[in-house]
Amino acid sequence: MRELLLREALNEALHEEMDADPRVFLLGEDILDPWGGTFRVTEGLSTRFGTERVRETPIPEAAIVGCALGAALLGMRPVAEIMLLDFTAMAMDQIVNQAAKLRYMTGGQASVPIVIRTAGGAGRASAAQHSQSLEAWFTHVPGLKVVMPSTPYDAKGLLKAAIRDPDPVIFIEHKMTYGVRGPVPEGDYTVPLGVADVKRPGTDITVIATSRQVLRALEAAERVAREDGYDVEVVDPRTLYPLDTRTILASIKKTHRAVVVHEAPKRGGWGGELLSTIVEGAFDYLDAPIVRVAAPNTPIPFAPEMERYIVPDVAEIVAGIRQVMA
Amino acid sequence: MPAQQEVIQVAAATEPGAAGEQPVVSQYAAPVPAGERERLLWMYRTMLRIREFDERIVQLFGEGKIAGALHSYVGEEAVATGVCAHLRPDDYVVSTHRGHGHLLAKGGEMRRMMAELYGRVDGYCRGKGGSMHITAVELGMLGANGIVGAGVPIATGAGTAIHLKGTDQVVVCFFGDGAVNIGPFHEGLNLAATWNLPVTFVCENNLYAQFTPQRLHAKLPDLYLRAQGYGIPGLVVDGNDVLAVADVVQEAVARSRSGGGPTFIEAKTYRWHGHAVNNPASAVGRDEREIADWKAKDPIPRLAHHLLERGIATALELDSIRDEVLQEVEASIAFAEASPSAPPEAALEHVYAHLPPRADL
Repeated sequence: MRELLLREALNEALHEEMDADPRVFLLGEDILDPWGGTFRVTEGLSTRFGTERVRETPIPEAAIVGCALGAALLGMRPVAEIMLLDFTAMAMDQIVNQAAKLRYMTGGQASVPIVIRTAGGAGRASAAQHSQSLEAWFTHVPGLKVVMPSTPYDAKGLLKAAIRDPDPVIFIEHKMTYGVRGPVPEGDYTVPLGVADVKRPGTDITVIATSRQVLRALEAAERVAREDGYDVEVVDPRTLYPLDTRTILASIKKTHRAVVVHEAPKRGGWGGELLSTIVEGAFDYLDAPIVRVAAPNTPIPFAPEMERYIVPDVAEIVAGIRQVMA
Repeated sequence: MPAQQEVIQVAAATEPGAAGEQPVVSQYAAPVPAGERERLLWMYRTMLRIREFDERIVQLFGEGKIAGALHSYVGEEAVATGVCAHLRPDDYVVSTHRGHGHLLAKGGEMRRMMAELYGRVDGYCRGKGGSMHITAVELGMLGANGIVGAGVPIATGAGTAIHLKGTDQVVVCFFGDGAVNIGPFHEGLNLAATWNLPVTFVCENNLYAQFTPQRLHAKLPDLYLRAQGYGIPGLVVDGNDVLAVADVVQEAVARSRSGGGPTFIEAKTYRWHGHAVNNPASAVGRDEREIADWKAKDPIPRLAHHLLERGIATALELDSIRDEVLQEVEASIAFAEASPSAPPEAALEHVYAHLPPRADL
């Protein structure tokens, strides 16, 4: 199968969905050619579809999301790009009080089929306001769906599913994965929201990781296989809500041990919610306490040495696996 | 993409998760009458419907029959009525927390709004929204809103959809004087102006943001002057003169329909009551003289005077309209009280298009 960068897979999904459905349009900052978006995800789209359907906005994030929402109420399928996940803070009213609740508050009269694409995560020495992992803000809000792809294949299929979804979707791309290369089939396919993927089957312990940490968990799994002889199963939920608890619990009922990994701070992180779900659903199957590998409860520092120290790496996941297996 | 326009439909209200419930089609979604006399009588009736509804719900709140935050539109009826007098059924309005008048003027059924205030299943939002979120998508009334100023970007989005579909529909965005100091107001107005969208922004300046007079919130008393900062026309109108409001909106809407972009209209008016039903004007230190002065400018007798003086209607006709409106109010109460409450577990529906697995509820 041909291979694409994750950024190219997303770009292809946007091309295909805009081709297939005249209701789909894009809006965001710097998304027009020749820039094609800060991370070049929208490259070529304004040239192909014109600047009516690929709409350059000013900077205000609340207006970008509110505009997407208003258009969705009239039957459109907007895909809004919020350049960085940190900037969703500027749009929180429109996301949390408006988009997430409109179907509910109107007793089902309104549909808000919007996708908010945004780039999260650390790794570029961008410091505290350009590097965060804020997914737990959104998983806490009923009415939203939250997607975090880790591979080019998933990125394309999940984005297409998100665009076709009738509810608002927060689609969080990790900025350090845009250059990840992987197999992507030609043409149309979707990855349904709410279906986890076992990225590496194993029998001794389950590592559940999100976004870029899936890639690091796979590396950690190879290392402990070599060095300790542990057979690790790596599960990527792919969507934090809806969450495929069945696949996760089935894995834990098989391995009896679990490590939960994410890049966000541990306190109040989504991993705590996942851990509770595991304890509620598979307590009797657990042979050891679950360990969370997550960032410490600090902002993201600028200096690359400190930034690397904060973000969970392969060594920390390996240490987490060994702690649970000990 | 003109060839593909017919593919685009308004978002369906069908609910795969809610079994067996059909969307109710309003019998009141009639257009504003075309004839001049009929239009004037429609204005009179509409202002009275808003007035009598909002006065009656204050009593019902006092009797403990309805709960929650109720924001009275009494005194401001000419704005919603004058604005909607020149809208088509397929045009859109975006409302505020003070939204009863906007819904009725856009053709809403009083009884379904009353049922919503009672929290009953026949309410527009099946009891899930209440007064502060009253919405009728089928009428193009895209929603009241509990967040001040939040409707401005949403109206801009509706305008964007119209622009992309290439129709000649328009959007009216209502907001109060409190909204103009909020960030998203500026963001939305700038976007609508930059993209030349068919949105008319109507500022209902009732002089108070919750309890506090406008002079403590902003240096500039004439809010229409802000339009200049966005490069769009800014107009001011006596918001207690329904005919003046209708005239200025007619011009703005015609400009939008023909691709002329947005207009900002400041309607200077006055809220007779306090911010919400549980904080009456007298209780928040409002000057009695000020209230009396504004009551002397009551928009409803002003229109009645015009109709009688010009021989457009007789006193008998106006009395009979009032009687019909009072009957409609009482009938709407009877309808609401006869409507069943939703089963409590209906609270779990409408979070998503499809009902999530039981474990997630």
